[in-house]
Amino acid sequence: MLTTEQPESQGRTRFILKKMLGSLLTLVFVLVFNFVLFRIVQSDPIGSLFRGRNVPAAKIADLRTAFGLDESLWVQFWAYVRQTLQLNFGISYQSRQPVWNEIVSAIPATVALVGISAVLSAVIGTVGGVIAAWRRNTWKDHAITSGTMVFYSMPDFWLGMILLVGFAVVLGWFPVGGMTDAGSNARGVALLLDRLHHIFLPALTLTLAYLGEYALVTRSSLLDVMGEDYLTVARAKGLRDVVVRNRHAVPNALLPVVTLTAINFGFVLSGAIAVEAVFSWPGLGKATADAIRGPDLPMLQGLFLLFSAAVIFFNLFADIAYAWLDPRVEGA
Amino acid sequence: MTSLAMQRRRATAGRVLTQFRNSKPGVIGFVVLLVFMLVALAAPLLADVRELNPVFARAQGNPQWAAPGTFGALGTDHLRRSVWAQFVWGSRVSLFVGLAATVLTISIGSVVGIVSGFVGGRIDSILMRITEWFLVIPFLPLAIVLASILGRNVWNIILVIGVTSWPSTARLLRAQVLTVKQRLFVDRSRSLGAGNVHLVARHILPNVSGLILANATLAVPISILTETTLSFLGLGDPSSASWGKTLEEAFVNGAMVRNAWWYFLPAGLGILVVVLAFTLIGRTLEEIADPRLGQAR
Amino acid sequence: MTQLVLSVKDLTITYTSSAGPVPAVRGVSFDLAIGDSLGLAGESGCGKSTLANSLLRLLPEGTITSGEVIIDGKDLFALSPGGLRAVRWTTGAIVFQGALHALNPVQTAGRQVREPMHVHDTVASDDEARARSRELFERVGLPANLLEAYPHQLSGGQRQRVLIAMALACDPQLLIADEPTTALDLMVQAQVLALIGELRRESSLSLIFITHDLSVLTYVADRLAIMYAGRIVEQGPSLEVFQNATHPYTQALAAAFPTIGDPASRRAPSGLAGDPPTPGALPSGCPFHPRCPLAEDRCRTIEPDLRSSGPGQEAACVLI
Repeated sequence: MLTTEQPESQGRTRFILKKMLGSLLTLVFVLVFNFVLFRIVQSDPIGSLFRGRNVPAAKIADLRTAFGLDESLWVQFWAYVRQTLQLNFGISYQSRQPVWNEIVSAIPATVALVGISAVLSAVIGTVGGVIAAWRRNTWKDHAITSGTMVFYSMPDFWLGMILLVGFAVVLGWFPVGGMTDAGSNARGVALLLDRLHHIFLPALTLTLAYLGEYALVTRSSLLDVMGEDYLTVARAKGLRDVVVRNRHAVPNALLPVVTLTAINFGFVLSGAIAVEAVFSWPGLGKATADAIRGPDLPMLQGLFLLFSAAVIFFNLFADIAYAWLDPRVEGA
Repeated sequence: MTSLAMQRRRATAGRVLTQFRNSKPGVIGFVVLLVFMLVALAAPLLADVRELNPVFARAQGNPQWAAPGTFGALGTDHLRRSVWAQFVWGSRVSLFVGLAATVLTISIGSVVGIVSGFVGGRIDSILMRITEWFLVIPFLPLAIVLASILGRNVWNIILVIGVTSWPSTARLLRAQVLTVKQRLFVDRSRSLGAGNVHLVARHILPNVSGLILANATLAVPISILTETTLSFLGLGDPSSASWGKTLEEAFVNGAMVRNAWWYFLPAGLGILVVVLAFTLIGRTLEEIADPRLGQAR
Repeated sequence: MTQLVLSVKDLTITYTSSAGPVPAVRGVSFDLAIGDSLGLAGESGCGKSTLANSLLRLLPEGTITSGEVIIDGKDLFALSPGGLRAVRWTTGAIVFQGALHALNPVQTAGRQVREPMHVHDTVASDDEARARSRELFERVGLPANLLEAYPHQLSGGQRQRVLIAMALACDPQLLIADEPTTALDLMVQAQVLALIGELRRESSLSLIFITHDLSVLTYVADRLAIMYAGRIVEQGPSLEVFQNATHPYTQALAAAFPTIGDPASRRAPSGLAGDPPTPGALPSGCPFHPRCPLAEDRCRTIEPDLRSSGPGQEAACVLI
């Protein structure tokens, strides 16, 4: 007899809801943490805003009142919560534009770069890991494992610098930075090609840098699976080796990899900071690098919140994806 | 400690050493690390520290942006300073920060993990909640934020890395402590009237120390890479030049456009090699601590 | 001359390990006629599972095999990879111990039962496969709704039946059962044994039943072969071997089970001291001599061959 007492769908729904609640709580924690971190340490935002400018003390006091900074911390906190919900993250010190606008305009560039790299590194890394595990201890395995370990051990932005110097400066095959050629009027397909031309090197950098993790995780996951009896059974049934691997071994081995991939999407968003800086790629990473040089604290605060929210969201996504894929997960 | 206990400790240490010696990657990693440690320690013998000072460099009449061969083993930078000197002296900072930050990480992580696993109950739940929250917050942005707020010096960087990296160690150790706790001899000891401290010191710690060591060795690469990234982004200590700082200076001062590869290649290579060395050693120690991993690999 | 479904001559299997070659099976020979059942008994490490796996060539890469295995008239070791795949499951099928991981955790039971049908094209369509899988489940006594269940949702006994249904999917001539009842409760064990008995009676299914539990074999097996340290040390009709064991090892094994109805046998000390030898470090001469209550000096140097010890019975002991 089946061992669950409710229909399976109910158990799973409860699991998902529980995870969503958890994520919400974590988001709340991040909000509070964000506020505490920035407000309490940054004791005089108005002073910083007008640093070095000759502004009469009365004006500054007025501004303080206007911004509610002479209120108690508690009132300030609720104002902060309200503003956050209204997507009001303040004004950037450097650009004098609303932080939200700056962030939104930078999102597409990062999503494109990080999206492409994450997908490529996941696919290539996983395939590499499968081959390495299946042909364990052969030259293929050693080459793949060593190669990915080397890439994983270097600073990703350093790899970017090398690729930039090699392929853009010396060979001139690729542009030295940015997303499009300056002053170009290209439209449609030409614009797309130009963008692809620009994204190539940074995407290559990120892909190579993250391959390693996927390859290593897939490899050990598959090695764990390879000792299982059901693979011998599959072979005994008369299946070809490749079919045994792809139909029985790999699906079981991929479960942890799927989780890793989903979680990584969240982290890779913030992992491209240094690489974007190297290639002057106009995304969230470059915005962060620029904000650091200020320090443009409202920007940093807004970016931090966004990065955290992304991680929380993708962690939730990973949990749900795993629950959907693994029939053994039945709920609380 | 009784002589029997000492004998046992020595036997275990001997066993670990032999196993380590038999592992080719482990030995390679160890030798490489030794070389770099020596370089860092012998820095004054290998390169004149005054070469790091731009005023001194100018006074010496060094050329700017000199390629290797035309001046010194690794050429000069935009401020006429010897790149070789920067490499040698930079190794000190990178290694020191990497190790110190790891010590902090492992200390916090171990205490949290062991207490959490051993005491259990409400304290465990609370500590694990905190750990999970920290794990969710993206590591680099948090480090950036903290570093921006705290200011740019070496100790802050060490603090920042330690404070952001401890969660995974904590989780690992808690799991291990839970496994050890379930073993009979802990119960027997308790029924013999052993106090908590005794239990932790005599039973828990010896059984998790292998894991702590392996984890620590594998945590050093993360610390080094994080310090490098933070320095590259401008959050490093301006007065002490780590390899990451060298990379930052190379980037900001246009070494790439000039194809002054000698400026940024060595520092990055240094990081790569040291990180690889620690990784190899760490993986070997992991296998020794948990033999099942060895078969799987 | 009765038709043989399986003929094994002088089979020797050696594993290659980092510690050197490990001889798991050392010169085993036996025949199995169509419809017959052979029980293979022995302690862990005696080579019985290795032997079973070798009959479908499921041994790990690097294993050295010599000898001859003729299955359904075909020379097993001379088959091409394609020929081997064709023989697997259609001529001989294995039923493993029904541990949780003998079945793929992420596929339903039904799908795994149908898989060999598609591989060997024994069905013309998906529907036919589904119909047949329902039939198989009925035959092994499982309700049809369990076809859609995942392995972790089934009990140990149910999983074992799924493995049996799966093994029968392509109507094999030979069923090799490797410890199929070892992990089960006594009641469930009895049920599974009864099922296997029924299946044999319904068709002329030949059976090799492997276990370390002698008492089970007297129900299922016509003939019995006792293995020790990679060789067969006694074989013959199962009842004869059990009641009139001629090899000291078999005698010890049989004596380990108290006879129901004879209280005295419960109180008499029995069972064998010591552990079975590790295949990589076998004792000299007769490998059983360190534990043998009847061992003599010559047992340390002579490893005896099988010799006749009764009607249809053979044992490998110098005392015969």
